[in-house]
Amino acid sequence: MIAARAMGGALLLAGLAAPWLASEYVLSVLIVSLWFAYVGQAWNIMMGFAGQLSLGHAMYVGLGAYAAAGLFVFTGIGPWLGAPLAVIVAVIAGAGIGWLGFRFQVKGVYFALLTIAFAEFTRILFDHITVLGGSGGLFLPVGQRSGVDLINLRGGPVMFYYVIFVMTVAITALSWALLRTRLGYQWQAIREDAEAAEAVGVPVFRTKLLAVMLSAGLTALGGVFFAFYYNTLFPEQIFAKSRSIEMILAPIIGGMGTVLGPLVGALLLTPLGELTMAVIAGLGVTNAGVRQVVFGVLLILVLWFLPQGVWPWLTQRWAKGRRQ
Amino acid sequence: MALDLTSFWLAISNGELMANTLVKGTLTGLVYGLMALGLSVIFGVVRVVNFAHGEMMVVGMYGAWLLAVHAGLDPLLAMPVMAALLFAGGYLLQRGLINRFVTRPEHVQFLLLVAVAMILANTALMLFGPDARTVQVDYAFDSILVGPLILDLIRIYAAGFAILLTLLLFAFFRFTLTGKAIRAAADNLLGAQVIGLDHQRLYALTFGIGAAAVGAGGCLMLLLIDATPMIASDFTILGFIIVILGGLGSLMGALVGGILIGVSEALAGTLIEPSMKSMVSFGLLILVLLIRPQGLFGRRG
Amino acid sequence: MGRISTVSRRRLVQTAALGAVTAAVPLRYGRSQARPSLKLGVLLPRTGILASQGTQCVRGYELAVAIAAEQGVTLEIMLADTESNVDTARARAERLVGEGAQMLSGAFDSGQTLAIAQVAEQRSIPFVINIAAAPQITDQGFKYVFRNFPKAGALITNGLTLMKDLFAATNTTPRTAVLMHSNDTFGLAQKQAIDALFPRLSMPFTFADSISYDPRARDLSVEVSKARAARPDLMVVVTRANDAILIVREMVRQRFDVMGLVSPGSPGMYDSQFVSTLGRFAEFAISNVPWVNPNTALAKQVAAAFAQRYPQENYDGNLFNMAFSLQAALVGVDAVRRAGSTAGPALAEALRATRIENHMMIGGPITFDATGQNDAIPSAAIQVREGRQRVILPAAAADAQPVFPVPGWTQRG
Repeated sequence: MIAARAMGGALLLAGLAAPWLASEYVLSVLIVSLWFAYVGQAWNIMMGFAGQLSLGHAMYVGLGAYAAAGLFVFTGIGPWLGAPLAVIVAVIAGAGIGWLGFRFQVKGVYFALLTIAFAEFTRILFDHITVLGGSGGLFLPVGQRSGVDLINLRGGPVMFYYVIFVMTVAITALSWALLRTRLGYQWQAIREDAEAAEAVGVPVFRTKLLAVMLSAGLTALGGVFFAFYYNTLFPEQIFAKSRSIEMILAPIIGGMGTVLGPLVGALLLTPLGELTMAVIAGLGVTNAGVRQVVFGVLLILVLWFLPQGVWPWLTQRWAKGRRQ
Repeated sequence: MALDLTSFWLAISNGELMANTLVKGTLTGLVYGLMALGLSVIFGVVRVVNFAHGEMMVVGMYGAWLLAVHAGLDPLLAMPVMAALLFAGGYLLQRGLINRFVTRPEHVQFLLLVAVAMILANTALMLFGPDARTVQVDYAFDSILVGPLILDLIRIYAAGFAILLTLLLFAFFRFTLTGKAIRAAADNLLGAQVIGLDHQRLYALTFGIGAAAVGAGGCLMLLLIDATPMIASDFTILGFIIVILGGLGSLMGALVGGILIGVSEALAGTLIEPSMKSMVSFGLLILVLLIRPQGLFGRRG
Repeated sequence: MGRISTVSRRRLVQTAALGAVTAAVPLRYGRSQARPSLKLGVLLPRTGILASQGTQCVRGYELAVAIAAEQGVTLEIMLADTESNVDTARARAERLVGEGAQMLSGAFDSGQTLAIAQVAEQRSIPFVINIAAAPQITDQGFKYVFRNFPKAGALITNGLTLMKDLFAATNTTPRTAVLMHSNDTFGLAQKQAIDALFPRLSMPFTFADSISYDPRARDLSVEVSKARAARPDLMVVVTRANDAILIVREMVRQRFDVMGLVSPGSPGMYDSQFVSTLGRFAEFAISNVPWVNPNTALAKQVAAAFAQRYPQENYDGNLFNMAFSLQAALVGVDAVRRAGSTAGPALAEALRATRIENHMMIGGPITFDATGQNDAIPSAAIQVREGRQRVILPAAAADAQPVFPVPGWTQRG
C-alpha cells in the first residue's frame, strides 16, 4: 500500500515534469507509453476486474477514432463533442457484444474468440465504408502546429503529452475508486467464481455487462486521442488483431487486476521495445521482428515466473523487505 | 446498389460460373480443413487452445520451401519430413512449456500460446525476411477440363492429400493402441490415470500429432499460396473459425467446417464482393458461437 | 534474403564506423570544412506487409551516397524501420530528428508518409517524399514537405491516356474490360481516380465488371472466374506484386485469354517477384507508370553501380522504388549544395527553388510548386519482354516496339 502510494506519487511528479526534462524523441516515446497505459487500464477493467477476456479491444479504439474523426472531418466539430459520440458508439457496440455473449453463455476462450470475430468483422466493414474513406484511409486536416488549440485538439507534442497524461491519471484514479465500490467488489466476486457470486445474489449478467460497456467506452477515448494525434486512420491498422494483442501486453505483464499494473507494464514495455531496437541497430543487424520476439519471450517469462505480474511481485518483495 | 444487384443476378444465373465457384470452394475448403485438423486434435485431447496454429503452419511452409529450394524436393514429398519435424517440435513444446500451464486458468494458456505465436512468426520474419516465398512445380499452371468445369491440378492434388491424411488420422485414433489411449485420456482423464496411462506423454504425443498435421498442411498450402510471415495470424483465426464451425475436437467436423468456409467464401466472392468474403466467415463464426457453440459435429460439454 | 542482409549489415557497419570517425573528429573542423554534408533520415517499412518494397527503396538511398560524393556532398543515410505502421513511423521520425537528421525522406506508403510529415512540420525539418500518391499529403499546406511523385489522379490520367496511345500505335481497340483492384489504400485511391476520370477521357472501352479483392487474399481463383465470366477484351489491374502473381496464375489455369493485361499505374507487374515467379506468363504484361529513361547518363551510372553492389538482385524489379528513392536523396543533396547550410528553414527554401535537369526519369526537370508538389511527372508504358522491362511508349524514350494484343497463354514457349 505504501509502496503503491510512493510509486504513484513518484510517477505523478515525474510525469508532470517530463516535458521539461525529456527530449522531443523521449516525449514521443512517453506519449506512446502512456497511450498503452491508458488503453491497458481500460482493458483491465473488463479482464482484470471482472474476468472477461477480450482479444478484440482494437475494435473500440477504431470505433472511437472513426466516430470523433468522422465528425471532425465532415462537420468541423472538435473532440469535445466527438469524444462523447465515440463513447456512445463504443458503449453500444460493447453492450451488443456483451449482451449476445452473456445471453448465449459464451464463456472463456469462446468469448475471447467472439471478441476477435467482431473486431475482424468491423475491420472489413470499415474497409468498405467509402464515406469514411474505406480502405483508402481517413485523413484529418492537420491544423496550425504552433498554437495550442484545446477545443479542436490541435497542437504540438507537449499538448498531446499532457492530454494523454491527464487521461492516464484520470483512468488510474477511476480504477482505484471503482475497486472500492460495490460494483468493484461484485466484479471481483464474478472473476473469482461466477456461480458463487450468483448464489450470493450478485446480478452477474448486469454486472458483467457494465464492465464491458465501461471498458469499451473508455477505450474509445483512447481511440479519439489516437485519431487527433496521428491524423490518419486506416481500418487495416487501427482495427488490427496485432493491436488488440499489443494493447493487452502491458496490463498482463504489469499485473492484471491491479490499479498500477497496466501503468507499470506500459512504462516498462514501450521503452524496452525502443531499447531493443537501439541495441539491435547498434549491433548493425536488420531489426525485422526482433522486438516482437523479445516481447514474446518476456510474456512467457512473466506468465511462467510472475503469474501475478511485475507490479504485485514488486510490492510483495517490498513488503517482505520491510518486514525483515 | 442497383449495379450490385445486377451483377448478383448475372452471376447467379450463370450456371457455369456457379458450378466452378462451388467446385473451387470445395477443393480449397478441403485443404483449409486439413490445416485446421491439428487444432481440433489438440483441443479435443489436451484442452489447450493453440493460438499458435497458423504460425506452426507457416513453419511447415518455410520448411517445405527450404527443402524445395535446396534439395529440389516437391512439397508433396516434403510432407513426411515436415510432419516428422513438427511432430518433434510439438512434442517438445508440450513437454517443455505448455505442460507447466495445463492446470493454469484458460486465459493464461491462451496468452502463453499468443506469446509462442509472436515468437514463431517473427523468428520466421528474421530468418526469411518479408518477401513472399514460392515454389515452382511443373504442374503449377496445369488444369483439366471436365465439361464446363475447370479444375486445376494443384488443387486436386492438395484436396486429395487432405482427404488421405484425414483418413490416416482417423485410422490412427480408431485402430492403434496409442490412438485409443489418447482417446481414453480425452474422454476421462481420471479413469485413464487410474488404469496407468501416462497422460503427460499422451498429451505430448497429441500435441505432436496436431503439429505434424498442420506441418503437412503447410506443405500442401505452399502449393496454393506463397509463404510470408504475415499470413500466420490470419490462418490461426481461420483455423478457429473452421474447427468451431465443425466442432472443436471432431476430425470430421474440421473437414466439413473447412469445406463450408471454402464454399461460403467462394460464393460470397462470386455473388457479393470478393473483398468482403472474409466478413462472411467471421459472421458465420459469430453465429455459431452464439447459437451452437459446440459446432456442427461437437458434443456439448 | 541472406545475401541482402549481409550487404546491408556490412553497409551499416560501415556507416557506424564512419559515424564514429566523424564523431571523433573535433568540432572545429565542422564549420571550416568546405565540403557540404547532409544527414538524411530515411524512414521505410522494412518489416510488415510493405517490407519487400521498403527494402528496394533502401537500395536507392544506398546508391545515392556515392553519386552524392561525386557531386561534392557527403551524404549520410540514417535508416529507420516504420514497421509498415503509422504509429511507429511517427516515433521513428521523432527519433531520427533527435539523433540529428537534417532532412527526412521516405516512406513509400501514404499513411506513414503523412505521419512523418507532421513531425517534419513540427520540427521544421524538410521532408522529401520518395513514393506516396495520396493527394492529401501535399494539399495540407505543409511548408516542409516536398514530393517528387505524382498524385493518384495524375498517375491515372497519364495511365489511361497511355492506353489510348497504345491502342492507336497497335491499331487494336478493345471494347470491354474488367477492372480488378486490391481493396487497400493504393488500390482504392486508383479505383476512385479511374471512376472520376474515365468519363472525361473518352476511352474506347467500357468496364463490364469491377472487382475489388482483399489485399490479403489467400487465393484469387473465384475473383478471376468472375472476371472471366464477363468475357472482357482487356484486363485492367491495380495490384501489388503478390496479388498480380495470383491473378496471372489463375488466368493461365482457367485458360482465360485477353488482348492484354494493363496496369494504369500500380506497382505489381514490374516487380522482380512477378517476373521471376511467373516466367513466360509474366511476358507482355504492361504497366503505365513513371519510369526511368534508360538513355540518361545518370540511369546508366546507376545501372552499373547496382550491378556491382547487388549482383544477385534483379535490376528492373528494383528500378521503380529504387529510382524514386535515389532521386529523392539527390533532391536533398542538390538543396544542400545550394543552401550552404543544413538548417531546416534554409534547406526548405532551397528545396522550393529546386530545378534539376539532370535526373534519371522520363520527363522534364524536377521542380516543386507552392505546395511542394512536382506535378509534371509523366508516365511511360513498359512491357515485360524476355524478363526485362522495356519502354514501349512514349516513342521518344522507347527501347522496344509494343506487342498488343499479346499471345495467348498456350502459345508461349
